[in-house]
Amino acid sequence: MEGGRGRPRSVMAMEDIEHIPKELKLIDESGIRLDGRRFDELRPVRIEAGVLKKADGSAYIEWGNNKVLAAVYGPREAHPRHLQDPARALVQCRYNMAPFSVTDRKRPGPDRRSVEISKVISEAFASVVFVEQFPRTSVDIFIEVLQADAGTRCAGLTAASVALADAGIPMRDLVTSCASGKIGGVVALDLNKDEDNFGEADCPMAIVPRTGEIVLLQMDGHLTFEEFEKAMELSINAAKNIYEIQRDALRRRYSAAAEQAAREPPPPPPPRAEEVPPPPDLPEDLPPEVDDL
Amino acid sequence: MTAEVISELLREHINRLAASGKRADGRAFDEPRELVVQKNYIKNAEGSARVQLGNTDVLVGVKIDVGEPYPDTPNQGVLSTSAELIPMASPNFEAGPPSPTAIELARVVDRGIRESKTVNTEKLCITPKEKVWIMFIDIHALDYDGNLFDAASYGALSALSCAKVPASKIGKEDYPLPLEHWPISVTSAKIGRTIVVDPNLDEERIADARLTVTTDENGDVRAMQKGLRGSFSLEEVRGAIQTSQRVGRSLRGIINQA
Amino acid sequence: MDGSAPARREVVIPGDLLDGHGLKPGSGTFNEGGRIYAARLGIVSERDGLVSVIPLSGRYIPRSRDVVIGKVTDLGPSHWLVDINSPYPAPLNVKETPWMVEFGDTDRYLRVGDVILAEILSVDEAMRVQLSMADRQFGRLNGGQVVGISPAKVPRLIGREGSMVSLVRDFTHVRMFVGQNGLVWMDGDPEGVRHTAHAIRLIEERAPLSGLTDLVREYLESAYGRRAGTPAERDGDGGH
Repeated sequence: MEGGRGRPRSVMAMEDIEHIPKELKLIDESGIRLDGRRFDELRPVRIEAGVLKKADGSAYIEWGNNKVLAAVYGPREAHPRHLQDPARALVQCRYNMAPFSVTDRKRPGPDRRSVEISKVISEAFASVVFVEQFPRTSVDIFIEVLQADAGTRCAGLTAASVALADAGIPMRDLVTSCASGKIGGVVALDLNKDEDNFGEADCPMAIVPRTGEIVLLQMDGHLTFEEFEKAMELSINAAKNIYEIQRDALRRRYSAAAEQAAREPPPPPPPRAEEVPPPPDLPEDLPPEVDDL
Repeated sequence: MTAEVISELLREHINRLAASGKRADGRAFDEPRELVVQKNYIKNAEGSARVQLGNTDVLVGVKIDVGEPYPDTPNQGVLSTSAELIPMASPNFEAGPPSPTAIELARVVDRGIRESKTVNTEKLCITPKEKVWIMFIDIHALDYDGNLFDAASYGALSALSCAKVPASKIGKEDYPLPLEHWPISVTSAKIGRTIVVDPNLDEERIADARLTVTTDENGDVRAMQKGLRGSFSLEEVRGAIQTSQRVGRSLRGIINQA
Repeated sequence: MDGSAPARREVVIPGDLLDGHGLKPGSGTFNEGGRIYAARLGIVSERDGLVSVIPLSGRYIPRSRDVVIGKVTDLGPSHWLVDINSPYPAPLNVKETPWMVEFGDTDRYLRVGDVILAEILSVDEAMRVQLSMADRQFGRLNGGQVVGISPAKVPRLIGREGSMVSLVRDFTHVRMFVGQNGLVWMDGDPEGVRHTAHAIRLIEERAPLSGLTDLVREYLESAYGRRAGTPAERDGDGGH
């Protein structure tokens, strides 16, 4: 899917073309791929939460050779005002690739592919964030691809989830994203750039781990129904590991807080004459205990 | 009344109908609207078709011309798809550069055609590294009553199926553009717990989620796109693929015979 | 402490199942299928019959009865609009002040740019906020400066029963008000203000760590070259 620009998926420099063997074996007879992985192996994934100072929340992810930064601002007043929703927060994602992130320099600014990816990622988070708690605001997510090697939307979405939690945005769960595809006729997990360019299919998806709801799903290429099932199985299983990596990044960021809290009485309530009334995010099926909401 | 309020009443109405197995326009859950295809609609285009899916009306033109190949694909023709949601088609379409909706529409239709190798771009090469056929597929939405993804996709396929390569421009005889596959896109919308095929505008407005699945004449999956804010279970995704295979078969026949 | 059940402390992540054992869902949680889950990144707390998640980060979301510091950003004939460091602008109606303001005379009492100490009277479901400055403890804050900290860290800055804030004041003799919205107003001699601002920074950066009170006291002692001989220290607020 990373070819973009409405062109065929292979994007290479002229010199590479003459050297491509007639039959490029993306996966050999013993099931080993060009980068040494097996068909069901994920590239190494590493996530750090809270890497930026100004943003309300942030995360940095390295996924194989992908390097992607995600930042969240919000909830903040939605602009322009005519876009505000009186009943809920907007979730607006801007996915962008830095000019130096790809082999052939990409002109700065949003292209059609970035616009589409921004849209599908915004839609992935819109049902997970408790948007009704913040009417008339916007939760702005920024995803910057610093280095690309296919699977950037999955990496970006996975990091953005962590950034949203880091920003204190209330959500039903994190969202985890992963892709599978087909190379050399074999359904395989997590394609890198060469595999995506020369392979036969790519299928990115994002899932709410706790409930199994699929909030992002795209596919291009050629898969039989059974191959599609296999691809989803690979992705959903890998998502479980990625979810743990996301959670670990958040725990590490705040582990000092937990450590200290474990040793001490809780932070005192703010000095006030009477007890705190439950704030607006009380679940709907319980009556509020105080009537000033 | 505001649009929000109307939406709520509409949502309740449609939900109530769905709970008793009905749709507002009387269709079954897995029934698409009537498809009318008129090929060769525009004389100046190399290929064209006007497609009406219920009240959604889309005109697609295919223009083919000689041009240079991209440097990294010197032996392949070029395929480029774009979509315009012109203001007259809906009170909500504004003039100006393509909105994210228009961009998504063009890219999804493009992927359905490109990934299924409907047109074999290697056969569009005239002189390697120098001259190839460039194909522009332009989608013009004329009237919007829901489900532009499918209507535009049928329009594009219909237009391609009657297109002529203008080989007279290079001193040869014009010939029909050869198609190798016939991908059909079928969109399902999720309203509450119900999944309906080919949502009309009302259904689309209140839908929680949308899944467009493009299958070819062998029932293989060529493209998928989930949209809107909600989600699908894996089971529902399977169902949408099977629906696309089934409904795709009958719609493919209509397009072939038009 | 105060007789309620011992609190459980661990970092939870949105979507984590909370073991409520009969407790009701409090802030930072949600209810799904009869079970309580964390909605925010934070620390679980069980007290007074509620299981809640105390957030570790996040913007200030206005709550009734919070005391806040705000800046006047606009005015109309019978109200002012106040920026309280949240996504929601907060109007202050002339009725909610101790003054008798004539219609159209609002700028005689508060101008754009003025800093005020006020209380949030109400917040409705659409997050429309109403401020009040009627009570005598509130009003315009003249001079001084305003610094911001993450609202999640405000409890650490205040300290148990105000102990942290008292500690800082004892050294620097600065007038200080801490808003729940993460804004802090202070006024005093330039040296004192500087040390106060630094102490606040320390607290914000090191909030999760233990021994914070000692850290702040050490800084203040070295800044002022003396020890504190104040009741706050002698009460032994436990390295808070």
